[in-house]
Amino acid sequence: MSQVAEKPSVFAGALEKRPQGGPRWLDDLRARGAARFAALGIPTVRDEEWRFTNVSPIGAIDFKPAGLISGTADRLNGFAYTDAPVRLVVVNGRFDPTLSRLKGLPNGVHVGSLAGALADYADIVQRYFGQLADVNARSFTALNTAFVQDGAFVHIPDGVAIEAPIHIVFLTGSDEGHVMTHPRTLVVAGAGSQTTVIESYVGDAGETYFSNAVSEIFVGENASVIHHKVQEESLDAFHVGALHAHTSRNARFSSHSFALGGRLVRNDASAILDGEGGDCTLNGLYLADRERLVDNHTTIDHAKPHCGSHEVYKGILGGAARAVFNGKIIVRQDAQKTDAKQTNRALLLTDGATINTKPQLEIFADDVKCTHGAAIGQLDDEAIFYLRARGMTYAEARDMLIHAFAGQVLDGVTVEPLRAALETELFDQLAKDLVEADAKP
Amino acid sequence: MSMLDIRNLQVKAEDKEILKGIDLHVNPGEVHAIMGPNGSGKSTLARALSGHPEYQVTGGEVTYEGKDLLAMDPDERAREGVFMAFQYPVEIAGVNNANFLKAALNAKRKHAGQPELDAMEFMSLVKAKSKLLEIDDSMLKRAVNEGFSGGEKKRNEIFQLALLEPKLAILDETDSGLDIDALKLVAAGVNAMRSPDRAFIVVTHYQRLLTYIVPDFVHVLSGGRIVKSGGKELALELEAKGYGWIEPALANR
Repeated sequence: MSQVAEKPSVFAGALEKRPQGGPRWLDDLRARGAARFAALGIPTVRDEEWRFTNVSPIGAIDFKPAGLISGTADRLNGFAYTDAPVRLVVVNGRFDPTLSRLKGLPNGVHVGSLAGALADYADIVQRYFGQLADVNARSFTALNTAFVQDGAFVHIPDGVAIEAPIHIVFLTGSDEGHVMTHPRTLVVAGAGSQTTVIESYVGDAGETYFSNAVSEIFVGENASVIHHKVQEESLDAFHVGALHAHTSRNARFSSHSFALGGRLVRNDASAILDGEGGDCTLNGLYLADRERLVDNHTTIDHAKPHCGSHEVYKGILGGAARAVFNGKIIVRQDAQKTDAKQTNRALLLTDGATINTKPQLEIFADDVKCTHGAAIGQLDDEAIFYLRARGMTYAEARDMLIHAFAGQVLDGVTVEPLRAALETELFDQLAKDLVEADAKP
Repeated sequence: MSMLDIRNLQVKAEDKEILKGIDLHVNPGEVHAIMGPNGSGKSTLARALSGHPEYQVTGGEVTYEGKDLLAMDPDERAREGVFMAFQYPVEIAGVNNANFLKAALNAKRKHAGQPELDAMEFMSLVKAKSKLLEIDDSMLKRAVNEGFSGGEKKRNEIFQLALLEPKLAILDETDSGLDIDALKLVAAGVNAMRSPDRAFIVVTHYQRLLTYIVPDFVHVLSGGRIVKSGGKELALELEAKGYGWIEPALANR
C-alpha cells in the first residue's frame, strides 16, 4: 500500500454515499472516478502542475454534498446577464426547470438536464461523456466524475445555427454548513452548426463552499462554438474548473473566461485542435484582491496541420492577491503550418500583489509559427499624470487605464448585454477594492 | 492682482534645485514667452505649474485667480482652467482618442456646473474645431497619441487646447520636433485661441516659434532665474546674439 492510501482519504464519507443508478457505463465511470480520487487525493505543491497553488485548504474543510435549498430565485439575483432569453439553471447540481427558460429553441436543438439526456439522448451522451475529461489525468476531474448525477446538456444538430446565446447557470448555495457541488456540462455541436454558450458559476455571497466544475465541448466539422465562462462565486468560495474543447476539421472554438469571484480559484482550459483548418481562441480576464488567488492553466494541443490558436490572458491584481498563469502549447509532429500566438499580461495595482507566469511550448513539428509574450507591470505614472492634467481625477484616470487594459478581452465578448454586465461588475468590484489602495497617489 | 502671480518660486526635481526664485506676473490676454538655454529650467517651470508630481516646490508661492495654485491637485488645476500642452505627449494604449477628449471636456464641464455633452453633441463640437488643426477621423479613432507622428502629437495637444478653452495655456516646447509646415499649423491653432480673457505662457528654446506666435513679453531664464525680460524684440536679439549674450547679465546680478 502506498503512503497516500494509508491516510484517511479526503471526502471519503461523501464518496461512499455517491450517487448511484442510471446506465451501467455511468455507474462504472463514477466508481472509477471515486477510486482514482481516493488514490490521488488533493494535489500538493510538490506536483509540478500545482506548484504555486496550494489547494490543501479544500481538503481541510469537511464539505458535504449540497442538497436542496430554499429561495433559489432570489439567490440568482444580482449576477451578470440575469435576463438571458435562453437559460438553464442548475442548483446544487440539479436541473431546476422552474428557473430555466428553454422555450422557442430552433427545431432539433436540445438544451436540458444531463439526467434527462441520459434517457433521451443515451447514445450521444455515452459517446461523448468523459472522452475529454479523463478521470485518470486529474484528481478534481475524478472527484467530479464520482458525483455525476445531473448537469447541463446541449445538443445542436448538424447545420443549425442558433442566434440566442444559451446561458447555463450553476448556483451553489447552502441553508446550513459548508457544501460542495460538482457542476458538469456537455455540449455537442454538430457539423456546420453555430452556437454561443455562456456558463455562469454563482453562489451565496460570503459563503465558504467548494465548486468543482467540468465541461466538455465538442465542435463538429465546420461548426462554431463561442464559449464564455463567467465565474462570480462568493469571495470566500473555492472554485476549481476544467474546460475541455475538441475541434474537428475547419471548426472554430473560442472561449472567453472571466474570473471575478472566489478566494481560491483554479481554471484549466484545454483545447485540442484535432482536425485540419481548425481555429481556437482562449481569452481570459481575472481580477483578484485581498489574499485571493487565481490560477489559470491553459493547454492548446495542435494535433493536426493548418490550425491557428490565439490566446490573450489578462489579470488585474490588488491587495496581497496572487495569480498564476501557465500557458502550454503543444504542436504535434504532424501539425505543420501551425500558427499559435499567446499573450499574457498582468497589472499589479499594489506592491503586495504577485504573479507567477510561464509559457510552456512543446513543439515537435518544424514548419510552425509560435509566439508568446508576457508583461507584468503597474499603472503608468506618466499616463496617469497626462489624464489628470486634462482634468480627470486620479480615480477616473486609473479607471480609464484599467478599462483600456481590460478592453481587449472584454471587447471580445459579442453578446452585448453580457459584455455590458461584465464591465459594470468589473468596475463595481474595482471601485470597492481600490478604495484602500487610494491612500493618495 | 494678475491672473497668475508667481513669487520667488523654487522647485526641486530628483533632489536637484532647478528653479531658484522665479517672479512672473501674467494678465489675461497676454502672451509671455519663456526662453533659455537647455537646462535653464523652462520646462521645469511649465511642469511645476501643471502640478507634475516629480517636481517639488520648495519655496515661494503661485496665485492663480486669487487662489493658491500650488495647493491644488493637477486635475483640479486643469478643471480650473490651467492647461499644459506637453513637450512629450504620452501614448495611452487602449484608450480611444475621441473618448479621452470627451472625458476631459466633460470633467471640466461638470466642474463648471455645465451639463455633460453626449456623443452627438461632442462630435459636432469636434467637427467644428478639428479643421484648423487638420485633425482627421483616424486621429480620433486611434488610441491617444499611439503611433502618432511628432507633428500629429503636437496638433493633438493644441486641439485639446481648442476644445478645453482654458484661461491659462502653458505650451511646453510645442515647437520641438516640428517641421516648418507643422509649426505654422500649430501656431495658427494657438493664434485662433488668443483672446482678451486668455493668457499664454510659451516655453521655447528657439525664436522661430515666436515669429508665428508673437509674444507681448519675453523672459530669459538662466540657471533657474529670470535674468532678462523685455518685449518681443528681445527674442530677436537673443536669436542674433545667442544665449552666450546673457552671460554678462548673469555676472552683473
